[in-house]
Amino acid sequence: MHKVYTNIIQIAGDVITVEAEGIGYMEIAEISTRRGMSLAQVIRIDGKKISLQVFAGSRGISTGDRVRFLGHLMRISCGDDLLGRIFNGSGVPLDRGPGLSDNLIDIGGPAVNPVKRIIPNKMIRTGIPMIDVFNSLVESQKLPIFSIAGEPYNELLARIATQAEVDIIILGGMGLKYDDYLFFRDTLKEQGAISRCVFFIHTAADPVVECLLVPDISLAVAEDFALKGKRVLVLLTDMTNFSDALKEISITMEQVPSNRGYPGDLYSQLASRYEKAVDFDNAGSITILAVTTMPGDDVTHPVPDNTGYITEGQFYLKGGVIEPFGSLSRLKQQVNGKTRSDHRAIMDTMIQLFANYRATLEKQSMGFQMSAWDKKLLKYGKLFEDNMMSLKVNIPLEQALDLGWQILAECFSPQETGIKRSVIEQYWPKKEL
Amino acid sequence: MPEKRIGHIIKINGNMVVAQIDSLIIQNEVAYIIHGAGRLKAEVIRVRMNNAEMQVYENTSGLKVGEEVEFTGELLSVELGPGLLGQIFDGLQNPLPLLAKKCGFFLKRGIYIDALRNEDEWDFSPLVKPGDKVLAGVKLGFVPEKIFKHYIMAPFNLKGSLEVLSVARAGKYNFKQAIAQLKDSSGKIHEVFLKQSWPVKIPISAYTEKLKPSEPLVTKMRLIDSLFPVACGGTYCIPGPFGAGKTVLQQLTSRHAEVDIVIIAACGERAGEVVETLKTFPDIIDPKTNKPLVDRTVIICNTSSMPVAARESSVYTAVTIAEYYRQMGLSVLLLADSTSRWAQAMREMSGRLEEIPGEEAFPAYLESRIASFYERAGVVRLHDGATGSVTIGGAISPAGGNFEEPVTQATLKVVGAFHGLSRERSDARRYPAIDPLLSWSKYKGFINEKQAEAGHYILHRSNEVFQMMKVIGEEGTSLKDYIDYLKGEFFDSVYLQQNAFDAVDEATSSERQAYVFNFIYNILELDFNLEDKEKALHFFQQLGQLMRTWNSYRFRTEEFKRLEEEIALLLEEKKVRGKVNA
Repeated sequence: MHKVYTNIIQIAGDVITVEAEGIGYMEIAEISTRRGMSLAQVIRIDGKKISLQVFAGSRGISTGDRVRFLGHLMRISCGDDLLGRIFNGSGVPLDRGPGLSDNLIDIGGPAVNPVKRIIPNKMIRTGIPMIDVFNSLVESQKLPIFSIAGEPYNELLARIATQAEVDIIILGGMGLKYDDYLFFRDTLKEQGAISRCVFFIHTAADPVVECLLVPDISLAVAEDFALKGKRVLVLLTDMTNFSDALKEISITMEQVPSNRGYPGDLYSQLASRYEKAVDFDNAGSITILAVTTMPGDDVTHPVPDNTGYITEGQFYLKGGVIEPFGSLSRLKQQVNGKTRSDHRAIMDTMIQLFANYRATLEKQSMGFQMSAWDKKLLKYGKLFEDNMMSLKVNIPLEQALDLGWQILAECFSPQETGIKRSVIEQYWPKKEL
Repeated sequence: MPEKRIGHIIKINGNMVVAQIDSLIIQNEVAYIIHGAGRLKAEVIRVRMNNAEMQVYENTSGLKVGEEVEFTGELLSVELGPGLLGQIFDGLQNPLPLLAKKCGFFLKRGIYIDALRNEDEWDFSPLVKPGDKVLAGVKLGFVPEKIFKHYIMAPFNLKGSLEVLSVARAGKYNFKQAIAQLKDSSGKIHEVFLKQSWPVKIPISAYTEKLKPSEPLVTKMRLIDSLFPVACGGTYCIPGPFGAGKTVLQQLTSRHAEVDIVIIAACGERAGEVVETLKTFPDIIDPKTNKPLVDRTVIICNTSSMPVAARESSVYTAVTIAEYYRQMGLSVLLLADSTSRWAQAMREMSGRLEEIPGEEAFPAYLESRIASFYERAGVVRLHDGATGSVTIGGAISPAGGNFEEPVTQATLKVVGAFHGLSRERSDARRYPAIDPLLSWSKYKGFINEKQAEAGHYILHRSNEVFQMMKVIGEEGTSLKDYIDYLKGEFFDSVYLQQNAFDAVDEATSSERQAYVFNFIYNILELDFNLEDKEKALHFFQQLGQLMRTWNSYRFRTEEFKRLEEEIALLLEEKKVRGKVNA
């Protein structure tokens, strides 16, 4: 028997306050309104006054509506039945499939004990040279894609989803444009990847509060798979929308804002989600790739700034390519020593030369004369941009390394690259082909 | 001690819970919320009428109004005794490996385990005899712990002179067996055990006097030791934007610093970084002691996804353990990464308490809290004349990498050295990314003062020329200025920068630092016979290359000496004889 209350005494923003007794903090309630049912979550208790955030928004709620407390925390069904399915932010199916109620687990569970983690050591291949060669993605890594509105970050995510060597992919969309949602669905269907995917989609038209649940639901489901030994990749887009939803609720709750209106606990809120990325001792793993759009391309904006302090590097997507400068995978050293013996040499040399190329470009634009060396660099830079940086390129790591050698050989003599002689002898392409 | 009192929850807001209670309430006392079969630890942080406002050290979901709260009358304390070294605790001093054994992958809430295992036995040797007069903090005996003599001291909370009534004979004892009885001036008898507990937010002050920090603490990082030294018992801070290498710097310091004990407080940072320390320290051998590094280390870890309130307590837990080992006459280094997360935890709580916010919503007491934390560092003379020290190094993660923010500014007021990391330096892959133009230290290092000053001068001079060159171009710069610029760059690249991946270069002893610094000082003071800029550039590149190779040779080996001669030869060739300037 669940208690039902009808005395809603306050409605402000998407938060309603009802008078009730014996209610647990963070408990879930159902509100029946003229527009139908909505779930809500307790976010503050003050004596008899219970404040709830209403997932479907407060529009149309009357003070006489019925609030039924369910006596448990937010839960989500998990397990293999979810594969290939699409849900909204509160776990309701969007694909006309049946609702699920088996294997319920609480979302937002406790943190992993650090001593049960292991040092990450397995690379995830994506087929994108800018990632595989230069900033390898590592299992259990949490990595944001810093980008700007209008950049093809969702295309990048979709490509990683179809190509990454993992067991299960969970896509959490927050404030997604409906077109983007369809794009993800159709792309993954076409590529035949949908059978290993689970979608939790909150579109821009959906109520804000629902957005807050997406990362928690996605990660709770991921955690369950990981504990069963699966390698899970969680794709979240876009965490800036999530942060903005946090901001909206905290302002409604009259919390003192700290920086540009964001709540003081933004760091902890983001961290508790990102830190779900883990490589379990003797079980599976969770890897998180999350798009963070930077308002005004400003990396000091509170959302990317706090994110940068939490995550293990970042991919910086600008001008349609993953920028070699500004992108960083802090964990790449854990894996790129054991792929192929020329991996690190190619990585360091090509980036160094590319930095020189950028400097030469600057010189060129200022009208200085180009030396023979400068011309070589210009040729190299062009080849690098077209054959390595372009997101159209789709080749496995080994092929990408071979391509690297080819580009180098086309532009420079072995000495000019500064690569160690032993590596040159083994890998430098022979003239006669 | 007042007995246990019971109150009831009336309000829940995040990790802030208010309980109503009819009897007295003590500020900062520990309370337990009884939730089903579990007990959740909380601390009273504000009292209003008969409402106790508490921060809860656990996730509060599911708590209900009306649930019982048990007030203990005790302040938040840690256990101090043998067995702390090599341990990994959370912010409330729960041993994480034991917790993992008990609960598996996750940190279940409401589970607390004794920090020190009661069943362990320790080999005690007495140092006093019945009839002796002692003060709080005086050594009564010792047990061996790893490579140290772990002294068992008279409890720090006792007052005045006490008489030793009895003391245990040498032998094995556990934590439940008293090893001495002390009588205070009022005739009350106190039993002493191998462990004692101490409230974390109160500094241990059982010493004779606090001294001025004067001995340099050798971190083996050249940039720090030579230009911005830290003193034993001093304080320093490392602010820097993300990705500038704060954590790597602290990890290197924790490995190489010449101190007896290192306490690492991982406060609100990535779990992955703690895991690295956790898993590698048992295998790294400390060259000084030939024992694994973990034997001299205590890790307090409250990573960013663990409950926020415990993040605040973790730095206090760490500093209290540091003070405890200081009382034994050891030098202790406390590395806190990052104090910004601790400040943010205060901000979150302050917001929930609806306090009037200060700058960037940090509470008004932010500065005083930071100051009193760093003030717990220091060198002290103990009752037996020995000295012990606690040195505190705090990393700061300023929002947007901007040092104007409140936490950095409040910290700068109270520390003795400032090692500011800069994005430009880390982008240019100049590690450690401590910006020498920005940083400062009030402590005296072991490098000759005149030489160190010359080092600072050339860096500033070089930067001046560099800025000028940006405007007027290389062509407009005089050869003399250009050489000054090159000298600065040379000094930076061969001395200040250190390769953390090179087995020799990653740590430089004080002896070698003094030697090499002197060598470089002589180069910086020389006038060179270089015809044009291109030749000058080439010369310094050549010199730089040789010096960098020199850095990776072990000190005073044959190859080290040979290369030194080669460098000297090159210098001889180009230097201007006599003191004439072209």
